[in-house]
Amino acid sequence: MIRALWLIPLFPFAGFAVNGLLGPRVLPRKLVGPLACAAVALSFVVALGAVAGLGHLPESSAGLTVDHEAQRVTQTLFTWMPLGPGKDGRSVSVDWSYVLDPLSAVMLLVVTGVGLLIHLYSIGYMEHEDRSGYARFFAYLNLFMGMMLVLVLGGSLPVLFVGWEGVGLCSYLLIGFWYDRMFDEKSGMSVADAGRKAFLVNRIGDVGFILGTLLLLSALGTAQIQDILKGVPQLGAGMATAAALLLFVGVCGKSAQIPLYVWLPDAMAGPTPVSALIHAATMVTAGVYVLARMAGLYVASPTAMTVVAVTGGLTALVAATLGTAQTDIKKVLAYSTVSQLGYMVLAAGVGAFTAGVFHLMTHAFFKALLFLGAGSVIHALSGEQDIMKMGGLRTRLPWTHATFLIGTLAIAGVPPLAGFFSKDEILWSALSGRGGSLLLWLAGVVTAGLTAFYMTRLYMLTFAGPPRLTHEAEHHLHESPPVMLLPLILLAVGSVAVGFVGVPHFLGGAAVPNLFEHWLEPVMPAAVHAGAGAPLSEWAAMFVALLASGAGIAAGFAMYRGGPRPERATPAVRWVRAKYYIDELYDRAIVSPYRALCRFASAWDARIVDGAVNAVAFVTDLAGEMLRLAQTGYVRNYALGFFAGTILILYYVLR
Amino acid sequence: MMPVPPQNVVIVSLLLFGIGVLGVLTRRNAIIILMSIELMMNAANLNLVAFSRQHAHLTGQVFGVFTITVAAGEVAVGLAIVLALYRQFNSIHVDDVRLMKE
Repeated sequence: MIRALWLIPLFPFAGFAVNGLLGPRVLPRKLVGPLACAAVALSFVVALGAVAGLGHLPESSAGLTVDHEAQRVTQTLFTWMPLGPGKDGRSVSVDWSYVLDPLSAVMLLVVTGVGLLIHLYSIGYMEHEDRSGYARFFAYLNLFMGMMLVLVLGGSLPVLFVGWEGVGLCSYLLIGFWYDRMFDEKSGMSVADAGRKAFLVNRIGDVGFILGTLLLLSALGTAQIQDILKGVPQLGAGMATAAALLLFVGVCGKSAQIPLYVWLPDAMAGPTPVSALIHAATMVTAGVYVLARMAGLYVASPTAMTVVAVTGGLTALVAATLGTAQTDIKKVLAYSTVSQLGYMVLAAGVGAFTAGVFHLMTHAFFKALLFLGAGSVIHALSGEQDIMKMGGLRTRLPWTHATFLIGTLAIAGVPPLAGFFSKDEILWSALSGRGGSLLLWLAGVVTAGLTAFYMTRLYMLTFAGPPRLTHEAEHHLHESPPVMLLPLILLAVGSVAVGFVGVPHFLGGAAVPNLFEHWLEPVMPAAVHAGAGAPLSEWAAMFVALLASGAGIAAGFAMYRGGPRPERATPAVRWVRAKYYIDELYDRAIVSPYRALCRFASAWDARIVDGAVNAVAFVTDLAGEMLRLAQTGYVRNYALGFFAGTILILYYVLR
Repeated sequence: MMPVPPQNVVIVSLLLFGIGVLGVLTRRNAIIILMSIELMMNAANLNLVAFSRQHAHLTGQVFGVFTITVAAGEVAVGLAIVLALYRQFNSIHVDDVRLMKE
């Protein structure tokens, strides 16, 4: 089925076209959701077939280049941009090609698999939408899937960039799905504003990404990722660092890293399945995917690696502290996502790309599970998102509760759930990997403790303790329909099981091999571990991390056993609750000056530029008006002029 | 009989011409305007004849005859225009004819 690679993104695009064009008016409502699911299911099946085909690769043939050693299949569909001769006289062109190798295979299965479950869930979650909104939602969701698959399969940076921009667009459309609603009453931010914010912040990153692409294209004469990686040695250290950092700006935008993370918490304005699919499981991990894809480039630049690692570690830590003070169930999860993405970026920054991708995969499961669980709670409470007004839902929503608990334990790093294995590997790499240090490791460990704490807090306030529901919410309280519970259960199973494909060597030994690492071996540069040189042994490091997680859980349990606590508003608490005033800082430092500049430009345009044009028109008009006075239409007036003229001429001649 | 001095003839001709100009400029009736134009023409004729006599040369008088012929043709055309005006606008007041303005 490897030849059918090109079909994988095509199914969701078809679903988008059908639902987008026919959904709002022609198709019966009952057909819209299943159609969207079927499109993704087809992609999933073809993807499964294609990935299975990686085991017994065919020989290269027309349109299909096969690299047996790297287990890579490149399917070139057509020449997209012929760019003419390059520096060395060879003609440069950008092909529209898809690449399937072990790395894109992992992403492919995560995206289509988790995506399919979230599509299913959406059928239940969006049932209260009116018909056109329902169709619009599924059309956008399918468009997103198609774009994400282009991103994952893209064999050259420009093709990848098409998907990259496409998912950004869909993210904007879906965050602003309820564009006529208010998102945050306090700050006066509407849902549409949240969408715009996400779009604009991402745009900053995208500029970096495209500059990096162009730099590589001009330096190496190719945009094909494999050729770029092959050409890295010719780049020189400065050029490699520049290109890597520019691409990393894009990564910061898409994967919500400091300083561009501010859009992700506000992206929660979108419907919850969107938060699960786009802002937890797939799109935001695109940045990490690009880091892994371009691993060869980053490894060549120690400077860039340091920047990546520090950014990741800092983001993980800062976002985790912010997660402890949020009261909106989705915003806690949003900061948690930022923090976990920080982990993945940190892993990439210390050369443990495999660990980063592994965490990407496990995170896709448990974070999608948590978001969908939160969605189930919100759905049950008729739209309530404030955890201060929840509590005691354990017995009322048994299935949601059980699956949410599994997700909580998985992200908190409780063994042997998925989050434990992947997080442990990242922490160990942060300590002993390329450029790893005690400081990075400590940041990771503290983050692990904080993660366990805020997740326990979230769980306790939502499901345990005394119920604090409004009478209205109490009345409508109901467990979600099976179409929503099935994805929850499957994701919960995944959150338990998926970690076992990547059991670290020191735990599994010879009996349980690290399948995941083995799978990515052909494409990933091997992680370098200092081994004996590390300040702690791998076992000790694991125990410290476990201790931190345990302490976090215990603290969360002890503090929130009886429901919300009356919180003392110490300066530190207020600071965290105000999100370190980062939004305000950006507003003062960037948004306001920019607005002022815009107002000035607008005034300049309206007054000076338009004024000059209008002045010319006014003078012309005035001249016309004056001349008009002479044209009375009376014959005698003309005759008088004629006469006067004659006299003038006579006077002139006879003088 | 004493010959009329040429300057008197020129003065009469000037008066005639002035009356003609005034008529053209102030009257609204197309026929009166036409008549005023005739006046101006005849003022010119008077001049031609007067100077012809002063210089004892016939050219001026021949010119006068030509002018009368041309004036007859001009009146024919002018009256035809007046007639056309009347048919078109039901009026021979030139102020009613301002199509170029509107």
